Amino acid sequence: MNKVEEIKLISGVNPLKCMKCGKCSASCPSFNEMDIKPHQFVTYVINDDVEALAQSKSAWKCLSCFACIERCPRDVKPGKLIDAARQILIRQRDQEGLSPDEIPALLDEEIPQQLLMSAFRKYRR
Amino acid sequence: MRRIGVFVCHCGSNIAATVDVKKVVEMALKEQGVVHAEDYPYMCSEAGQVKIAEAIKEHKLEGIVVCSCSPRMHEATFRKCAERNGLNPYLVEIANIREHCSWIHKDMAEATEKAVILMRAAVAKVHLNAPLQAGESAVTKKALVIGGGIAGIQTAIDIADAGYKVDIVEKEPSIGGRMSQLDKTFPTLDCSACILTPKMVEAAAHENITIHTWSEVEKVSGFVGNFTVDIRKKARYVNMDKCTGCGVCQEKCPSKKPLNEFNRGLNTRSAIYTPFAQAIPNVPVIDANACIKLNTGKCGICEKFCQVGAIDYTQKDEIITEQYGAIVVATGFDTIKLDKYGEYAYNESKDVITSLELERIMNAAGPTKGHLERLSDGKAPKEIVFIQCVGSRCSDDRGKPYCSKICCMYTAKHAMLIRDKYPDTNVTVFYIDVRTPGKNFDEFYRRAVEDYGVNYVKGQVGKVAPQPDGSLMVHGVDLLENKQIVKKADMVVLATAIEPNPDVRKIATMLTASIDTNNFLTEAHPKLRPVESPTAGVFLSGVCQGPKDIPETVAQAGAAAVKVIGLLAKDKLKTNPCTAKADELRCNGCSQCANVCPYGAISYETKQVNDHGIREDRRIAVVNSALCQGCGACTVTCPSGAMDLQGFSNRQIIAEVDAICR
Repeated sequence: MNKVEEIKLISGVNPLKCMKCGKCSASCPSFNEMDIKPHQFVTYVINDDVEALAQSKSAWKCLSCFACIERCPRDVKPGKLIDAARQILIRQRDQEGLSPDEIPALLDEEIPQQLLMSAFRKYRR
Repeated sequence: MRRIGVFVCHCGSNIAATVDVKKVVEMALKEQGVVHAEDYPYMCSEAGQVKIAEAIKEHKLEGIVVCSCSPRMHEATFRKCAERNGLNPYLVEIANIREHCSWIHKDMAEATEKAVILMRAAVAKVHLNAPLQAGESAVTKKALVIGGGIAGIQTAIDIADAGYKVDIVEKEPSIGGRMSQLDKTFPTLDCSACILTPKMVEAAAHENITIHTWSEVEKVSGFVGNFTVDIRKKARYVNMDKCTGCGVCQEKCPSKKPLNEFNRGLNTRSAIYTPFAQAIPNVPVIDANACIKLNTGKCGICEKFCQVGAIDYTQKDEIITEQYGAIVVATGFDTIKLDKYGEYAYNESKDVITSLELERIMNAAGPTKGHLERLSDGKAPKEIVFIQCVGSRCSDDRGKPYCSKICCMYTAKHAMLIRDKYPDTNVTVFYIDVRTPGKNFDEFYRRAVEDYGVNYVKGQVGKVAPQPDGSLMVHGVDLLENKQIVKKADMVVLATAIEPNPDVRKIATMLTASIDTNNFLTEAHPKLRPVESPTAGVFLSGVCQGPKDIPETVAQAGAAAVKVIGLLAKDKLKTNPCTAKADELRCNGCSQCANVCPYGAISYETKQVNDHGIREDRRIAVVNSALCQGCGACTVTCPSGAMDLQGFSNRQIIAEVDAICR
């Protein structure tokens, strides 16, 4: 599977639904820290330039605050794309994350599971 | 065995590119009873029809199968062709090998196989077709228009001018609709009321038009040419014949709490009220929920001050029943609720308003007497931000998937008017695309930018955050500069998506008119029959069919009127002979068919029947063929198989299934 397909599979996002309104970038608290802006993630995926996206600062500057996911009017949810890019990177590095049996002890019902997942992908041991 | 002819159409390349038409012809000739088969590039053309005519004569055909497009397209064409050549039109069957076959398949072998099967089914059916005769029904030469906005008014005037009677039913106390709430209209900036009120007066004064305001359609029965409609005339508590419209009652009314619907709830009105000064009729209504007298029995001030004794607290809702030949739906639109758009703080801040609310604020008769001011503190805004596409073009469950069409233009209008009247106020418009197709529309938008200095920024706003000091922090983006924008504003205007009036679902159900997933009424054909509903005798006018601006609405309203006039001009209508019929020997009078019939076409009679030599009186279903629309619900419900739909009998359907499974 090529990278674009992998990103689509992991994120569950169809980037072609994007109408380029920019609401994601308008909502993003890390906008100024990012070299590739949230609304551009989508174009990068469409243009098959996942490598650039994975190498960008943006992958690590995204706070996983989900504002773009919450507000996207087209169900494109750029935050999911950048999360998928991060995941691909991590898989490539083949680094150890948490082991599955360690997870239940860390769970807190108040925290959305997806947030937990994103957090430990970024701040893994 | 009938002598049957099969005609296979290429439809240019529409069918022939995917279906091997020669093969279909070859296979047709192997079917029982088929004495002639041929193919032709365009069967519906004059030359194609001549081929059918010649074959009928030459081969003495007793049944015809045309393998072509959907029967919705050309069934009528081929039936007329058969009739002209001495063949009963109901002995023509269409095998739909375009929409049901060539358009949806890619593989030629598969598509050809399916086309052959569809042809076979049609041949099997036509063997059993009965030569039906269409009946006739009379036409009530009067039309009903539901909705008294600009669409309904224009349709009514056009029908009335042609000499037919028209009733307008409007649920509000006055006709006028959304257009009466607008201040100016694009792209000419003429005052909305100035161009609308003469039309309202014309409709009210027209000898052929009767206006029922404060009224709603309650029940519809019947069919094209012969509708029977119950109209609820809500209690007005004011005698329309006596009231002079002096307005004293409204001044004196002590109940001033109810929100003013006409001003979109931005201020309040009295319990007895007319929605606006130019209301037609200029007779107030009493809001029963807010009236002190009606709720507590005390007060009665309006009655005391009314010099002509027009107030009547004893009035009750009244149901009137009228007959119509045609019904026009002109129920218009409303803006969507913004409860799901928390990020724009519409429910949090009084200074975040919709564009329709801004219309009222800009209007001299509005809550601020036409002065542009913040509703929170009455101060003049110096920075105004407009946000486009709020709830439009959304594929999530918060908004609407369609473009609301009018927002780009009215936002340009608002921006321009504000810059013109208040030059020291800055106006920023956040847009995704500026869509201005229309005569003088793009020029209008460019004037806003070039001559009036409106700042257009490409990018949607992410959030509007009300600040402790009363200002609004707008978080947006400039996609062309690739820069995030955080901007302080005094007022934010949301170009809110429009949706069909919520009442339209109820009305469509009563009319058995179809609506789409967005509650817009469906046209009979999206291009060629845009003002007719697929339900015969029901016509569409204005935004109930899809988003449109005033000129388009007026044009469509006129088109709907022409269709209505065309119907009312006929003395008799041909009825569809494909109606249900009960087999007297099988019917056991169980009433299940009558329970499912949506048209009330089935009644029961006690009849003497001769069942294998035994004479007895039985309760038997009888179908009124004038009311029956041939939907077939009764035939599938009937437990004893007594109900049959002529033209689609159980035997015919089974023969088709058998042919398909052969």
